[in-house]
Amino acid sequence: MAVRYRKERLDRGIKARCEDMFALSSYREMLYLLLPRVLPVVALLTFPLLKGVVGLYWEKVLVITCAIALLALSWDLMASVGLVSLGQAVFFGAGAYLTGFLNNSLGWPCFLTIPCGTVGGALFCTFLLLPVLRLRGVYFAIVTLTLPLLFARFIEASKILGGNEGLSALSPLPNLWFELYVPVLAVLVCLFGFRRLINEDYGLVLQGIRDNDLAVMSGAINIYKFKAQAVFVAGLAGAFVGAFMTHYYRFVGMPAFALDYSILPLTCAVLGGVGTFAGPTLGAFILVPLSEALRTFGTLRVVFYSAILIICVVGLPEGIFHYIQRKYHQFERLIEVG
Amino acid sequence: MISSILIYGLVNSVVLALIAIGFSLTFGISGVANFAYGALYLLSGYLTWMLLKYAGLPLVLAVPIAIAIVGLLGFVIYWIILLRVRGIVLSEVIATFALGVGMLEFFRWKGFVTYEFTLPYFKKGMLLIGGVPVDYQRLFIIGIGLALVLFLYFFTHHTRIGWSFRGIAQNQRTAISLGIEPDWTAALSLAFGSAMAAVAAISILPLGIISINMGYDVLLIAVAVGIVGGLESVPGILVASLILGYCQFITSMYLSAEWMMVVYLAAIVLVLAIKPSGLFGKFKELEERV
Repeated sequence: MAVRYRKERLDRGIKARCEDMFALSSYREMLYLLLPRVLPVVALLTFPLLKGVVGLYWEKVLVITCAIALLALSWDLMASVGLVSLGQAVFFGAGAYLTGFLNNSLGWPCFLTIPCGTVGGALFCTFLLLPVLRLRGVYFAIVTLTLPLLFARFIEASKILGGNEGLSALSPLPNLWFELYVPVLAVLVCLFGFRRLINEDYGLVLQGIRDNDLAVMSGAINIYKFKAQAVFVAGLAGAFVGAFMTHYYRFVGMPAFALDYSILPLTCAVLGGVGTFAGPTLGAFILVPLSEALRTFGTLRVVFYSAILIICVVGLPEGIFHYIQRKYHQFERLIEVG
Repeated sequence: MISSILIYGLVNSVVLALIAIGFSLTFGISGVANFAYGALYLLSGYLTWMLLKYAGLPLVLAVPIAIAIVGLLGFVIYWIILLRVRGIVLSEVIATFALGVGMLEFFRWKGFVTYEFTLPYFKKGMLLIGGVPVDYQRLFIIGIGLALVLFLYFFTHHTRIGWSFRGIAQNQRTAISLGIEPDWTAALSLAFGSAMAAVAAISILPLGIISINMGYDVLLIAVAVGIVGGLESVPGILVASLILGYCQFITSMYLSAEWMMVVYLAAIVLVLAIKPSGLFGKFKELEERV
């Protein structure tokens, strides 16, 4: 009879030690805890300084990467409450158009328009989604898929806010450092902020709503209030990207509601690992530079994202980040099955 | 004026019903929202076009072959992709959505965007009905739409596969305990849904050129009609397509053609916000809401 094995996973000793106060007992343990957190932060903060080495083009790619990472983070926050969105573009578009309107029609400077666009866009989207927050699964996905298209067609048909041509010649961002560091800092704030949020008691309720909303309701918790708050926080991240990119491109138009801003964050989140926040960020930092490198292929890039998305959803449902995390914290060995 | 609104509104409604029926059949039976529906619709158009152009087949032969291939593709999609993520709504939606977008953008990349991509009319010429000229193709569409609904009714009420479809749709666990194989049924429902997309495509596409963006529009139409009518009820779909068809036709007459899509999109959002189970959907009402 053939000997059969199964894989056993055990936590590394260092992980077990780091879970309590022994973490402070040696440099090795401190590094074990700090390195995975500090390294990306340092890398992100130094990258804009390396302009002379990597060139302006890749610095611009960093901005787009951060933008997509923020959208992916906001997608992940909504997914943590069980709201699966197929249209992050609606947040992007709302922030972008509000900012564009404030800048173009009222002539506000970008120090005012970006905060106003962020908060206003998030509020607008929250109120918009308020009546549909009770929907589940597919139905919520359908609404979110529809909304960006609805806005794009509505603006096209009614010719408000510049109609098809959009609003152009908006005021630029003050300088390159501002352009590079604001999105980087925003990503870091959202990444660590959201991680903290979801690990608090408050986040526990959010996860509870995702896992079993009826149980949370039976605990006398108003789940719609929590869902609305989560959508607002996710909307802040999404609308901020829209507001920032409007001034970055100095233009806002139909592309603000494009499918790219919905499907790319989704791909990043699924590739990186849903529910960890670090995963979607990691996914964005893999996919967006890759897609810049593939720019010559034109629309084939979307095919490429779709293929990654299908392969990840079907074949690697846990995502890259979960895989790395497991390898970091645990070791595997084969043991005989009797 | 009134008679032209009545007739063309009716044609419009039947077009909507034809498009929606496959999507809603699949969803009603297996609970899979086939977001690749628009892509399958376009694929059948291109497939027929290629069969006519490159294989030189007559239309009578090309049509059943295209329908069969697309139906088979739906079956294969279920076994290869959906079976692995069955029951995880998020993954099902993402997988089919990605598949659809991937197919459509692939067509765009291959350059299927020029004016040469048209399907032939079944029969040229037109008829005067109440003083309004209507071409034969539109009459065919009405005929095919009616035939499809009747076929569906008899199929689901008088054949064994149809019974198992309805059994699974009503209560999956009970159906399983009676020996109905859920995966086969779901795969068949996907195949049927895809084949109906092909039927719709082949009868509707001759009215215009085949363009990529139609793939997205078709998906939205299917979703809109399904949502308004209630995703698993055939009478709901008929009523919803009549409502939307006339609304849309009147909108395009009195406002402009650009507002046509806004009608669907607004309908989806409004119905989901006010009555998520649609006009006629009943037994999934509790599951949809919280």
